[in-house]
Amino acid sequence: MAVTGTTARGRAARRVSAALFRRPGAKLALLLAPPLLWMILVYLSALSLLLVTSFWRLNELTSEIERVWGLRNFETLWRSSVYRTITLRTTGMAAAVTVTDLALAFPIAYYAARLATPRVRSALLLAVTLPLWSNYLIRVFSWRIITAGEGPLQSLLGAFGIHRSLAASNWAVWLTFCYLWLPFAILPVFAALERLPGSLLEASSDLGAKGWMTFRRVIVPLVLPGLVAASIFTFSLTLGDYITPTLVGKAFFIGNGIYNLVGLASNLPLAAAFAMVPVVIMAIYLTAARRLGAFEAL
Amino acid sequence: MGNVKTLIAVAGVMALLAAACGEEESTPPGGGGGATVIDSIGPTEGALSLIAWPGYTEKSWVKPFEQETGCEVTVKYGNTSDEMVNLMRQQGGSLYDGVSASGDATNRLIASGDVAAVDVEGLFPENANVMESLQSPPHNTVGGLHYGVPYMWGPNFLMYNTDEVTEAPTSWDVVFEPGSPYAGKVTAYDSPIYIADAAMHLMTHQPDLGITDPYELTQDQLDSAVELLKGQAGMISKYWAVYTDEIDGFESGDMVIGTAWPVNQQYVEKVPVSSVIPSEGVTGWADTWMMSSNAQHPNCMLKWMEYTLRSDVQEGVAEFYGATPSNTESCPKLAKALGDAAAIYHCGDEEFLASVFLWKTPLSDCGDDRGNVCLDYATWTNAWTEIRGAG
Amino acid sequence: MESRLARAMIKVGTVVTLVFLYAPLIILALYAFNVNITRAWPPELWTMKWFGAAWRDPDLRPALAGSIQAAVGATLIALVLGSCAAFAVHRFRFFGRETISFALVLPIALPGIVTGIALSSAIDFGHTVFGLNFSVWTVIVGHATFCIVVVFNNVIARLRRTPTSLVEASMDLGADGWQTFRYVTVPAIRTALVAGGLLAFGLSFDEIVVTNFTAGPKLTLPIWVFNNIRLPRQQPVVNAVALVLMLLSIIPVYLAQRLAGGMEPTPAPRRAAATPLPVAALEEGGPG
Repeated sequence: MAVTGTTARGRAARRVSAALFRRPGAKLALLLAPPLLWMILVYLSALSLLLVTSFWRLNELTSEIERVWGLRNFETLWRSSVYRTITLRTTGMAAAVTVTDLALAFPIAYYAARLATPRVRSALLLAVTLPLWSNYLIRVFSWRIITAGEGPLQSLLGAFGIHRSLAASNWAVWLTFCYLWLPFAILPVFAALERLPGSLLEASSDLGAKGWMTFRRVIVPLVLPGLVAASIFTFSLTLGDYITPTLVGKAFFIGNGIYNLVGLASNLPLAAAFAMVPVVIMAIYLTAARRLGAFEAL
Repeated sequence: MGNVKTLIAVAGVMALLAAACGEEESTPPGGGGGATVIDSIGPTEGALSLIAWPGYTEKSWVKPFEQETGCEVTVKYGNTSDEMVNLMRQQGGSLYDGVSASGDATNRLIASGDVAAVDVEGLFPENANVMESLQSPPHNTVGGLHYGVPYMWGPNFLMYNTDEVTEAPTSWDVVFEPGSPYAGKVTAYDSPIYIADAAMHLMTHQPDLGITDPYELTQDQLDSAVELLKGQAGMISKYWAVYTDEIDGFESGDMVIGTAWPVNQQYVEKVPVSSVIPSEGVTGWADTWMMSSNAQHPNCMLKWMEYTLRSDVQEGVAEFYGATPSNTESCPKLAKALGDAAAIYHCGDEEFLASVFLWKTPLSDCGDDRGNVCLDYATWTNAWTEIRGAG
Repeated sequence: MESRLARAMIKVGTVVTLVFLYAPLIILALYAFNVNITRAWPPELWTMKWFGAAWRDPDLRPALAGSIQAAVGATLIALVLGSCAAFAVHRFRFFGRETISFALVLPIALPGIVTGIALSSAIDFGHTVFGLNFSVWTVIVGHATFCIVVVFNNVIARLRRTPTSLVEASMDLGADGWQTFRYVTVPAIRTALVAGGLLAFGLSFDEIVVTNFTAGPKLTLPIWVFNNIRLPRQQPVVNAVALVLMLLSIIPVYLAQRLAGGMEPTPAPRRAAATPLPVAALEEGGPG
């Protein structure tokens, strides 16, 4: 393209450019239209249709979706205790995974942020993000092998006198989830710890606070947005996952429930209704997280 | 919250639009009962897309087929009948040409017009060698029309680790009754159709329930079966849906006893296993190769149907997979290849086949003088979710 | 500043976490050399035959090709759309501005299965209305949808750090909009684009849940893995492939780290295999 406006094409380009400069609205529309249209046409409409389907019902005789409006699917979810059990189990697991991952993330994040030399810090970050690039399925499968009877985990536990196979248990699912999402937990915590001004820590110790008090009173409140940001990932990723419980566990989680309703029962309306449960839970969680400043710490 | 409100507003508008213009109910594809019966094979199309049980389409017999007919085979594995039904229906049935459907899938596919009627007797002379009871079984022959060709059949027998289970079990109560010595190491098949196994157990142990067919259950009968299965759930280490689940489970020692397919037993290497047909009987499956009503490559599919009926092909599959051929001509070949070990196949054994409660789709029509009081598969799947979801 | 005990505990914690992160990968690597097909522990070493088997596997290379096609397609779309959105949101104030970022993050924030069944029903609907079929394009569209936000976040973070005075200076010097864009803006955001692009590529390459619902018969690498880990004789092949991929992936991760540079804590996208790479000091820069 010509650098100056001497060619016909160059002149036309300048005219367009000038016109756009004078009409910021047009420029905005041009920029915004493609992504907006994409999201609406491809995703938001599909999502809305799914939401709407949750109010419809499946005709069990013909296996077809009837557009008969009603809350019967939500009634089914509420009345039938199994869905409540599944939801509680999943939410509990998500909370457990979150707490564990934050506890595991903190030391390494602190070390990388505040104690390591720049070179070590780079290496640690690389080391933390590298596992994410291996295939998710394979990593889950490796935990299936690890938690299987007479596997490495059982041997490890045996060394502590616990002779039990944790295969297909919620423990195995918990361990696997903790493993899978750990890098996602480490990175926001690292970022938050990095932003922590060292002067505050020094001031705290000057004022006589010991390590634990500094941790509790200074570090945690300042790092909280980062911790909450990290928890968003661990919580939401656990909430909807169905592959890990299928491969590594036995009990049903929300993802399995939805998957079965679609795959076994072909009951899309009820599946859509059940799918709203993790969506609502996450909406609540995200709202709370936003209040705590997590979005700035992402 | 402004952004959320805006989003909800936008979503609401779109939802209304979606509902108004909305989704056409995708009506099941053409064919349907009584429609055209395919009675000739035309020129082959060069490709064939199948849905199959893992292990049904190994290279050793697929390759010769490809060479003979020029139809290049691609396979999508289905792990459960439900998966297969869903796959078969995708894109109006034009995505896959054929499926190796078990009896609990076949009738659903026939009823919704997803599979085509084929003149089996006219097109495939080898069909005359098929076992009597598999030539026009209700699971693939409806209204006098054949909807596929019989392939392999087999029992869901009781497999056990001979090191851990020192005395050969004779009854299913080792997996069903609470207080089983193997509690915590039992396994069961992860599908609603397994309810029939519980019902079959109750036929012997709670005869006053009046169960005559484990697939035709009234509410009371289903409730009892569900009760039994809920009690079993605590004893189960893991349910197996994909057959490698069971193989891995036995090899790691997490499972020592439970229902199994013959192919699972073939694959367990690390521990010694054996199988038995318990006194209450067994459920089982007889698979049919069916062609989609909207197949893209119908002639290749017909060629495949012809090929898989051959006695030598079925014998090869039997050896590999452990299931029993439906072609009686395979039996002497099997006996020659395996010697005494061929006995467990019950090849050509009509009496044994008659004793197996073959998978079939539960329908609300009991099929006998009780009328329409039985529960259909949708109810079974809800019940299964209750059983599995609890823990 | 930290007490010696605290330091020691932190170091121990770091080591524990690193061991936790890598032990499963090492175990996985061991199984790639397992002589038997059994998954029992411990694996019997040592053979290289599975690597050859992987190479000869008739489905692996189409699956790899499928994954690359999908990832390239999704990344390109995400780069364009994500950048457009980033510019729009950064440069203009308009009604619904925050909603855009929220809408973009939804595909990644909601559980994969929800996105999956929504898109799958949409494809069914498309099939009945205008004959839409499963193909690499349905996969690309599905992947692009959740990759947009990754590029968006990277670009907008960089835009926020780029002084607007540069653009003004360029215009003062007589450049028109296109020239400013080409000679001033793009160089400023180039590494953010690359970082976002790499991230999007990684996300798409490893995606399984949404892909299961949008691929139909099309093979991608995760689908190939998913199919083959259920076949007893294929599992060691899968492990061999996994090991090779793991080793190969060191390159893009390292590249991405070097390229992203700088100190912005780039938002961490949520899907497996994604790395919120440029979280802070990668180079010898350090914080602050």
